[in-house]
Amino acid sequence: MTDTDLVYEEVEKARAAQRPFLSPLNQRRWQNFKANRRGYWSLWIFLVLFVLSLGAELIANDRPIMASYQGELLFPVVIDYPEEKFGGFYAETDYRDPFIAEEIEANGWMVWPPIRYSYQTVNREIPEGTPAKPSWLYDEETRCKLYPNGVDDTQCRLGNWNWLGTDNQGRDVLARSIYGFRISVLFGLILTLFSGVIGVGAGAVQGYYGGWIDLIFQRFIEIWTSIPVLYLLLIIAAVLPPGFWILLGIMLLFSWVAFVGVVRAEFLRARNFEYVNAARALGVSNRTIMWRHLLPNAMVATLTFLPFILNGSITTLTSLDFLGFGLPPGSPSLGEMLAQGKQYPGSPWLGLSGFAVISIMLSLLIFIGEATRDAFDPRRTFK
Amino acid sequence: MSMAQPSDETPVLRTRHVGGEEPLLVARDLKQRYEVSRGLFRESGTVHAVDGVSFDLHAGRTLAVVGESGCGKSTLGRMVTMIEEPVEGTITIDGKPLDRSSAEMRKAVQIVFQNPYGSLNPRQKIGAILEEPLKINTDEDAASRRDKAKAMLERVGLRAEHYQRFPHMFSGGQRQRIAIARALMLNPKVLVLDEPVSALDVSIQAQVLNILMDLQDEFGLAYLFISHDLSVVRHIADEIMVMYLGKPVEVGEAETVFNRPRHPYTAALLSATPVADPFAEKNRIRLEGELPSPLNPPEGCNFNPRCFNVMDRCRKEEPPLETMDERLCACFNPVDVKVVGTA
Repeated sequence: MTDTDLVYEEVEKARAAQRPFLSPLNQRRWQNFKANRRGYWSLWIFLVLFVLSLGAELIANDRPIMASYQGELLFPVVIDYPEEKFGGFYAETDYRDPFIAEEIEANGWMVWPPIRYSYQTVNREIPEGTPAKPSWLYDEETRCKLYPNGVDDTQCRLGNWNWLGTDNQGRDVLARSIYGFRISVLFGLILTLFSGVIGVGAGAVQGYYGGWIDLIFQRFIEIWTSIPVLYLLLIIAAVLPPGFWILLGIMLLFSWVAFVGVVRAEFLRARNFEYVNAARALGVSNRTIMWRHLLPNAMVATLTFLPFILNGSITTLTSLDFLGFGLPPGSPSLGEMLAQGKQYPGSPWLGLSGFAVISIMLSLLIFIGEATRDAFDPRRTFK
Repeated sequence: MSMAQPSDETPVLRTRHVGGEEPLLVARDLKQRYEVSRGLFRESGTVHAVDGVSFDLHAGRTLAVVGESGCGKSTLGRMVTMIEEPVEGTITIDGKPLDRSSAEMRKAVQIVFQNPYGSLNPRQKIGAILEEPLKINTDEDAASRRDKAKAMLERVGLRAEHYQRFPHMFSGGQRQRIAIARALMLNPKVLVLDEPVSALDVSIQAQVLNILMDLQDEFGLAYLFISHDLSVVRHIADEIMVMYLGKPVEVGEAETVFNRPRHPYTAALLSATPVADPFAEKNRIRLEGELPSPLNPPEGCNFNPRCFNVMDRCRKEEPPLETMDERLCACFNPVDVKVVGTA
């Protein structure tokens, strides 16, 4: 190696060190995304809400986060302790039980989450039947009526309030909203991810090989998409036992189609690019050509689609839940909350809460999606 | 169409210079057809993109294939580089038939495309572009691949530091040199140059052509040079094959053909080439009409509707490619013109 070579090496190393994390093009896109204030703030709000909801167990739970009992440090949030430990006899401890609570308080301390209900915890101290009004609509007397010591009871405290009331089974609406938000977003994300992988793969194969493969596959997709999805989902959901993953699988059967069109178009366009021909002449295998030379072209189109597919997935899940064919009973489901709102028009907190959570979630995602789409739009990338 | 008898096989040019030497690449009777669908209720048509082409390619020499757009010259190049398979005919290198699945064969033939703006993936760095052929076809380690790529960059007149850059940072001529460097990474024996300079500025063309000629001397490469630009061909070609509608009409040594074209089409092409001499007598032969549709080629000689020297026989019979004046020519009524400006 000559001296000049060494100098080049050094220069290259120095360049590599200062090379920014994003390529200039992506930096421009990020700037454009940020320039859309609505989308930018929606992204932050959504991220904060989502991260908070990921820690839902620390916000709304029917067991303490930490506790100390007879000098031993316990983490009931992650570990199930049998009730024998505290002098009871059930396999699982009910920390809301006044007997257990007093026992632990007497021999140590407990740190509770701000909301002392999980999504399926039944509030047994509801003063006037279910669905119960939000606690702040009762006066103190009524609110504490069913606690053994009335107004003076230590358990009749802020942590046991139902801030948004309860549903018809006495479950806290706020806790169910938080968990419902989380499960909806997670469901949407996983479904979008899987259908993205399948859809991009199918579109890539069709576009790249073209000809008969494309023709047959396209006709199949036309037939497939003409099936009324929701009805079929209802039928399948009625036959198969309901569950998160089964529901995901059923919806995956139809949602992957959304990606095929754009990806196929990109591949059809790009498969005769000269650099693709050059790669073929070099003996690069079809799979590698698709992955290395063609997929990057299709990624922008796919990425701009993602938020809208995510939204669609969440909406479908909610509608199935609303109709009673969604997640199994007991799951924190926003659709079920809406259905209850319809069933109990006299309890507007049910419908309003469900509506608020769903509409905020969907609006944020659409705003993010719009901003993403505009940021990736080549006509707007260079203004 | 009758089956080709061995005696009917298209004749092949035997050049003086390479008398006894075995040719590196032998192509015999290549044919390529495409089916063209013309709507649901009409039967599909057949385009004879290449219709019976034979040639020999010798190490260190350049065969130029010329003709206007649609005459099948690029299809020929794609068949030689195994991007397409011929429907009929054989191509052998060193006596072995071409086989896309063999890395050995793929290494032997490489291609440089016309448009250097399209032939380099804009998302890959130059280093990755140059190393891809090695990655696919050899099992060298990363360090040796990088050294080779850098050495090749310098050989085509770029600098090793360009290794980390993206294609958009280069000019057309530089990009074309990168494309040439990529083609040479595997030490091929045959390089197909598909209009390698027609997308470039005239000032850059000479630069790239000179690099190509230097590399040919250095590595003893055989070039299949596809072009429609006769002034470029004159600069680089040893032998020349003029094609019209998928068929060779005149094949010969460059000097012979350029000095005294016999086929009317060649004569017309040569007369259309600009000459850098203001006092030269210009007697331009103008061709009437367009290239006929390859879906529906004319009866007899393909060239007869546009030929200025046409006879009745040309409209009925197809002239065979036969030896004439030290070259091969397919014409019943050859011309004998001295084209202006040819040295």
